[in-house]
Amino acid sequence: MSEVKFSKEHEWIKLEGDVATIGITKHATEMLGDIVFAELPEKGSNVEKDGTAGVVESTKAASDVYTPVSGEIVDTNQMIVDDPAKINEDPEGTAWFFKLKMKDTSEMDSLMNKDEYDKFAKESGS
Amino acid sequence: MEIKETSLINLHKSHGAKLVEFAGYNMPIQYSEGILNEHKFTRSNCGVFDVSHMGQLFIYGGDDLTKDLEKIFPIDLQSLKINQSKYSFLMNDNGGIYDDLIITKINNSYLIILNAACKNNDFKIIKEKLKDKYQLELKENLSLIALQGPGAKNVLEKVIPEIDKLKFMHGGEFKFNDMNIYITRSGYTGEDGFEVSIPNEIAENFTKVLLDKGSKLIGLGARDTLRLEAGLCLYGNDIDIKTTPIEANLKWAISKKRIDDNYPGSEIIKKQITLGVKKLRVGIKPESKVIARANTKIFNKENEEIGKVTSGTFGPSVDHPISMGYVDNNYSLIDTKIFLEIRGKKVSANICKLPFYQKNYVKEI
Repeated sequence: MSEVKFSKEHEWIKLEGDVATIGITKHATEMLGDIVFAELPEKGSNVEKDGTAGVVESTKAASDVYTPVSGEIVDTNQMIVDDPAKINEDPEGTAWFFKLKMKDTSEMDSLMNKDEYDKFAKESGS
Repeated sequence: MEIKETSLINLHKSHGAKLVEFAGYNMPIQYSEGILNEHKFTRSNCGVFDVSHMGQLFIYGGDDLTKDLEKIFPIDLQSLKINQSKYSFLMNDNGGIYDDLIITKINNSYLIILNAACKNNDFKIIKEKLKDKYQLELKENLSLIALQGPGAKNVLEKVIPEIDKLKFMHGGEFKFNDMNIYITRSGYTGEDGFEVSIPNEIAENFTKVLLDKGSKLIGLGARDTLRLEAGLCLYGNDIDIKTTPIEANLKWAISKKRIDDNYPGSEIIKKQITLGVKKLRVGIKPESKVIARANTKIFNKENEEIGKVTSGTFGPSVDHPISMGYVDNNYSLIDTKIFLEIRGKKVSANICKLPFYQKNYVKEI
């Protein structure tokens, strides 16, 4: 069973083989409010751990989306570009952002598990 | 400095408000339903806004006061009827805007509604210009509650039946719980609506009654998307001390009768009306779904910088991103193609007419 991990920038990441699916957490969407715009990285592009890999905008502000791991973008979710409100509805399910082929799956090790993330989110409040 | 609270603070909290500091006040940016729902509810029904942070300046005096205020504000106050309101500006000698405001003539006094962040400075300037001839009061004991939306009249009528006779930009004195309240038919969302000036001690009760009649509390977040769709300026973003009313495309608010008179900035205003302006406030619509927020740089086809965005958001009722900003007047015509620099990329956009959303004001009844 693949485990879902979490970053301090409020992304979730699910690894299957060497392909990671990445999105933003429910907690992040609650902080952002109504999301009205999403921009995703280009397929085939390479992204670096902790680098920007997209943008979400709520009615209030724009926020960068970071990638918690490095790799090549192999798929992006056009559904959330066409209908950004889906991100508020199902952030940790159908409203994933992108999939990438990881170069080094050990990058997963430093990320938080669900309990650690829940505690982090509660304490940081942001 | 201590953060102030309005008399509705407990009501905000009990409705799940996310509170933020705004102009020194702890104010609700949104409630539990969120900005999009609050926005749409106001456009379709009736939103209730706590705008008690805004200044309510009363100046007491008769005909002399009218003449003296005309030396400060570029509007025809002599023709203003009792209980009639007008939009105006407090300007410096260069025509720069200290604040935009609403003046209402009341029996032997004027009520001026000021922006929260500007009110103390406005008070100082106005008091100085009036040379202590009149009594001025920036009332802290009054709250200001706005009802906005096509359902506003129906909601308020259930509480104060007499308000159905109020015309747009007119006001009157009414009673709630045997206390005097002053209501104007006005607002800042592009919808029909009312602003109620009410003693602090009954403001919460009054608002609860409005909510019982089917209205909902709306936060500052939706207030911003509503006013931007209506093409209305936010002081500090779209207008400030460095812009004049003419540059801000608000010439309509300068009374024609007053153009040749003296008031702060009158020479520059007259010059700009006659000769035109270098930069002009315009509406901007990106061609894609990307949002151009304040400070986004604007370019022409030749890649020359021609202006800057001053407000931008997603317009929930327009269902498209919308912005306002200033461009070189050569590029201010509707449908002019421009480019916005967003996160390092140039995004195409067009100058478009304001408002983005057609107003629903009730002018005649």
